[in-house]
Amino acid sequence: MGDGQYDVDDEVAKGLNDLDGQAEQALQAGDEEHLREVLRRMAEQVRANGARLPEDDLKPSEAIVPPDDLTLDEARELLEGEGLIPDLP
Amino acid sequence: MAGLMSRASLVVKSKFSKLLDRAEDPGETLDYSYEKQLELLQNVKRGIADVVTAKKRLELQETQLQQSVVKLDSQAREAVAAGREDLARQALERKSGLQQQLQSLDQQTQALEQQQEKLVASEKTLSAKVEAFRTQKETIKAQYSAAEAQVRIGEAATGIGEQMADTGLAIQRAKDKTEQMQARASAIDELTTSGALEDFTSDQTELDRQLGAIASQSQVDKELEQMKAELGKGEGQKELQQ
Repeated sequence: MGDGQYDVDDEVAKGLNDLDGQAEQALQAGDEEHLREVLRRMAEQVRANGARLPEDDLKPSEAIVPPDDLTLDEARELLEGEGLIPDLP
Repeated sequence: MAGLMSRASLVVKSKFSKLLDRAEDPGETLDYSYEKQLELLQNVKRGIADVVTAKKRLELQETQLQQSVVKLDSQAREAVAAGREDLARQALERKSGLQQQLQSLDQQTQALEQQQEKLVASEKTLSAKVEAFRTQKETIKAQYSAAEAQVRIGEAATGIGEQMADTGLAIQRAKDKTEQMQARASAIDELTTSGALEDFTSDQTELDRQLGAIASQSQVDKELEQMKAELGKGEGQKELQQ
């Protein structure tokens, strides 16, 4: 989040899913450092291998990589509640 | 447990459909959504202004602390010159304390700078998407029947909904960071005014007074010497005249 939208190919998407699984494990293990590290790698993968969509493109995304500075509490809030992302005005 | 990526996607969609649920018909949905987009654009602009203000305050404090560091350094030198190592040590200890504070202020300013950059990028993207949405909205309203419009709206709206959530989160995070910094800045201000940090920043510190005392003492000594010398010379002249 916060980095715009990118088109990624299937291989990158698969890699992202693997990383997403690692992020989940880090969250369950309560390892904030590792969680952020994995989220950072996810964002890097997208930036490095994806094609950025024009800013005025209104295409919805298939997946959203959460911000890479999530705390454990924020990650739990994201998974279990709706509080992390604020309500729209 | 669902993955973080799909969960984020789901939450974003649900936030946006909640927003759209408030409108009655497709045309109204489009207008209402557009109105909210403009509102959010205003919010992000305000958010940027708030971050800039907080950053300026930190920078001002940084300047003040830097001045104190320079002053303490020269005070330490004066104290050494006057042979007062105890005072010099005090000044240097305070200087080192201030330097640590300066370092943390610097990190905070950088953190705010990052928040500002994120908000500016977010505003730019949102602005571009809002404009694209406005164009599509008019097309949809003009060209489609209510039922068809509903489908079209779904497509156009979900994309902008994501950006709205993204910007909303960026604003929220910047706000949290800014509030933290402001609390810290206020704490430093408060310590300064209440006197707890008086030694660091006030113009007349105990250190100042002691150094002033040394300076005036040596000034007095110097004048005394001068007077003695002049008088001695005078007496000598008198002796010669006799």
